[in-house]
Amino acid sequence: MKKNKFDLWGSIKIIMLGLYGIFLIYPLINLLAQALVDKDTGQLTLTYFVKFFSVPYYFNTLLNSFKVTFCVTILTVILATPLAYIFTRYNIYGKSVLRILIILSSMSAPFIGAYSWILLLGRSGVITQFFKNIIGITIPNIYGFVGILLVLTLQLYPLIFLYVSGALKNVDNSLLEASENLGTSGVKRFFLVITPLIMPTLLAGGLLVFMRALADFGTPMLIGEGFRTFPVTIFNEFISEMGGDDGFASAISIIAIIITTIVFLLQKYFSTRKSFTMSSINKIRPVDTKGFKKFLIHFYSYGLVSISIMPQIYIFYTSFKNTNGTTFAPGYSFNSYIAVFDRVGKVIVNTMTIPATALVFIIGLAVLVAYITVRRPGFFSNVLDTVSMVPYIIPGSVLGIALLIAFNKPPIYLSGTMMIMVIALIIRRLPYTIRSSVAILQQIPMNVEEAALSLGSSKMKTFYRITMPMMAAGIISGAILSWITMISELSTAILLYTGRTKTLTIEIYTQIIRGNYGIAAALATILAVLTTISLLVFNKISGDDDLSL
Amino acid sequence: MSVNIIIKNAVKKYGEHTVISDISVDIKDKELFTLLGPSGCGKTTLLRMIAGFNSIEGGEFFFNDKKINDMEVSQRNIGMVFQNYAIFPHLTVRQNVEFGLKNRKLSKEVIQQETDKFLKLMQIYEYRDRKPEQLSGGQQQRVALARALVIKPDVLLMDEPLSNLDAKLRLEMRQVIRDIQKEVGITTVYVTHDQEEAMAISDRIAVMNEGVIQHIGAPQEIYHRPSNKFVATFIGRTNLLDATYTHTDKIIKVGEDSFTMENLNIQQDLPVMLSVRPEDFILNKEDQKGLKGIIRDSYFLGINTHQIIELTHNNQTVEVIQESSLENLSEKGEAVYLKIKKHKINVFSADGKTNYIG
Repeated sequence: MKKNKFDLWGSIKIIMLGLYGIFLIYPLINLLAQALVDKDTGQLTLTYFVKFFSVPYYFNTLLNSFKVTFCVTILTVILATPLAYIFTRYNIYGKSVLRILIILSSMSAPFIGAYSWILLLGRSGVITQFFKNIIGITIPNIYGFVGILLVLTLQLYPLIFLYVSGALKNVDNSLLEASENLGTSGVKRFFLVITPLIMPTLLAGGLLVFMRALADFGTPMLIGEGFRTFPVTIFNEFISEMGGDDGFASAISIIAIIITTIVFLLQKYFSTRKSFTMSSINKIRPVDTKGFKKFLIHFYSYGLVSISIMPQIYIFYTSFKNTNGTTFAPGYSFNSYIAVFDRVGKVIVNTMTIPATALVFIIGLAVLVAYITVRRPGFFSNVLDTVSMVPYIIPGSVLGIALLIAFNKPPIYLSGTMMIMVIALIIRRLPYTIRSSVAILQQIPMNVEEAALSLGSSKMKTFYRITMPMMAAGIISGAILSWITMISELSTAILLYTGRTKTLTIEIYTQIIRGNYGIAAALATILAVLTTISLLVFNKISGDDDLSL
Repeated sequence: MSVNIIIKNAVKKYGEHTVISDISVDIKDKELFTLLGPSGCGKTTLLRMIAGFNSIEGGEFFFNDKKINDMEVSQRNIGMVFQNYAIFPHLTVRQNVEFGLKNRKLSKEVIQQETDKFLKLMQIYEYRDRKPEQLSGGQQQRVALARALVIKPDVLLMDEPLSNLDAKLRLEMRQVIRDIQKEVGITTVYVTHDQEEAMAISDRIAVMNEGVIQHIGAPQEIYHRPSNKFVATFIGRTNLLDATYTHTDKIIKVGEDSFTMENLNIQQDLPVMLSVRPEDFILNKEDQKGLKGIIRDSYFLGINTHQIIELTHNNQTVEVIQESSLENLSEKGEAVYLKIKKHKINVFSADGKTNYIG
């Protein structure tokens, strides 16, 4: 009896580790081998790395990436922290609508934002033309560093906003009153009391923003022009028209992983040193404001939210404009939508089925891994826990390349299949779902399971009759968030797709590149509608409160 | 069917750390047996070993003559009530109660009938279709109890079941548990750190400290004749006084006072420790007999008056409880004399480990 029980969870552990071995560890090791072994001679070589660091053209992409990612991270923190503080501390008109808009603006694929900003502020953008022709002022160039910074900051600040809002919920109001009582209030209190309290959260949120900004492919591709970041370089080297160089692309990928690992470890080091647990009995209650202060907080909130939602609204608007070839024509119609349904029905089906399939696996695997790491600790559980977090630091395009190189030949031939796209999504999204499942599970007292056991329920039955249903609400809301992220995923899919497995984001991207702006706008709107519906469902289920990404 | 539980030489280790080194105890059929001790004494650990949630590193556990060491939790047929109730939050009250019956492959009619019976017995029948979150703490506790009892367990295990309730409800539920336990007639192991609760509810109590059972006995016995200094101080309040014993004339000498004790198992002259409960001092001012002391403080608490008195011979302070009288409280600084009710006191060895009264 005892033996059997060990074997059940034990074998699940082994199977999980096996799956990770095949679909994550093997591709990564293979990637390393590609980067270090000369293809012709079979000798170990550092040629690719030397090439990367000695040719400024390549090395600069790394510096560029760093520069823009670092600035984005700082800027999101600077913009979002006060916003979260205002939302927690003061009453604002239409707060819940603003919240939804903030979340929505972060949910689309960043490159769609980039594209929309080009339409607005680009060389022939609406706003640019307006200023140039009517007022006679030339707006500074949006392409390059500034453009990427603008797009990614507006895209990613909601992450910090959500993280900090969550942390502020755990700050006890008595702490604020105590500090006021001791003579520290206002701005001084914000920096001396509140900032240290939310520092662990800022670090965690900052890491997430950093990883996303660093790995983003679509934005620099569209708006970066001469300012090349390394996801773009990896992509170009790998899918070069001249026949890509796997070895060199692999080497850049390895360098990227090393960098993200260092950043990850640094963040971990600082956040464990600063971490502490908080729980609040008296939550901070929003209060009314008057006069100039009232104007200021409304101006800030509405200003920031408007700017960040503007690209999506503009895309929505252009989707109804008439087009003439690759330019917009006067008048409005549903022509773009009609064209879309004629050409891309299959794409929409793919956009639903690929993430849906991945989601089923993600939920199943995440629940199992979470259960194993929380309830059956041990050596293998620790290994599993660590391995399952590895994808967190692998940029999407790197994972795409690793999978492609590993599975484009027997024994496992997967390139061009739908399965490889599903696998990529599973690997990328699993760490987040595992984290949230672990958090849920840790909140369920062990006693409840023990009660079931003492009432004669077997371990397996206890798991699916008691543990699973209790986790369900949390898991479903986590799953919806994963779903939203997956339907707007680009950087991995762009490497793995074929004609048969094209998704909406890829199609939008291709249409933008081809200049079919009307169709691109219509598709982006469809994607936005899908996202909005999913988000509303999420709100319904989770009660709005615990959104984490 | 109810059983007696026999535990022989139980050992519990967490890694290298030994929590319980060697516990043997025989819990009788249908008795309410309490494990009482300060937190960290190993009482919950022992309970969870009986339940099967903790592994057993040594010794043998029996329900009657059936060894349960390696038996699955789900096969042990135990009812367990947890400190936080552990009600299944996603199931209704009825579904919670019938959960255990459904694992026993009974017919629908039997399940319905038994569930109803216990819902009514615990007076929660009217809440049967509610979710647990709509119930008060006391009601949740009743659900937990009904759920544990409906499966007709051989043994009922209760882990600090009342500690999450407010004081008034605690008294009420204490009575409910006591009554139900007698009515169903089930061997029960009850864990608590509250000595008053333990005394009120138990047939027998095992007082535990540092993984060792210090004393097993009926509530009166452990109060009046505690086996050692720990039990004497943990159960109720007591004053410990250094004294000497002369075995030829059986005289105890404490300070300037002395008296004979006939019932001690001591065959030589040696220093001893007296345990005198606050109510076992007789305070007088007139006849100047007993231990001399000075009143340092007094508290009027209604029925009783507590006085803190500093003994003259060694400056030790002792606590004395008297029934309150109509006269004024004694003045601070007033000299008084304390006589000892010698038939009620306990005499320990100087290290406090042995009670010499036999």
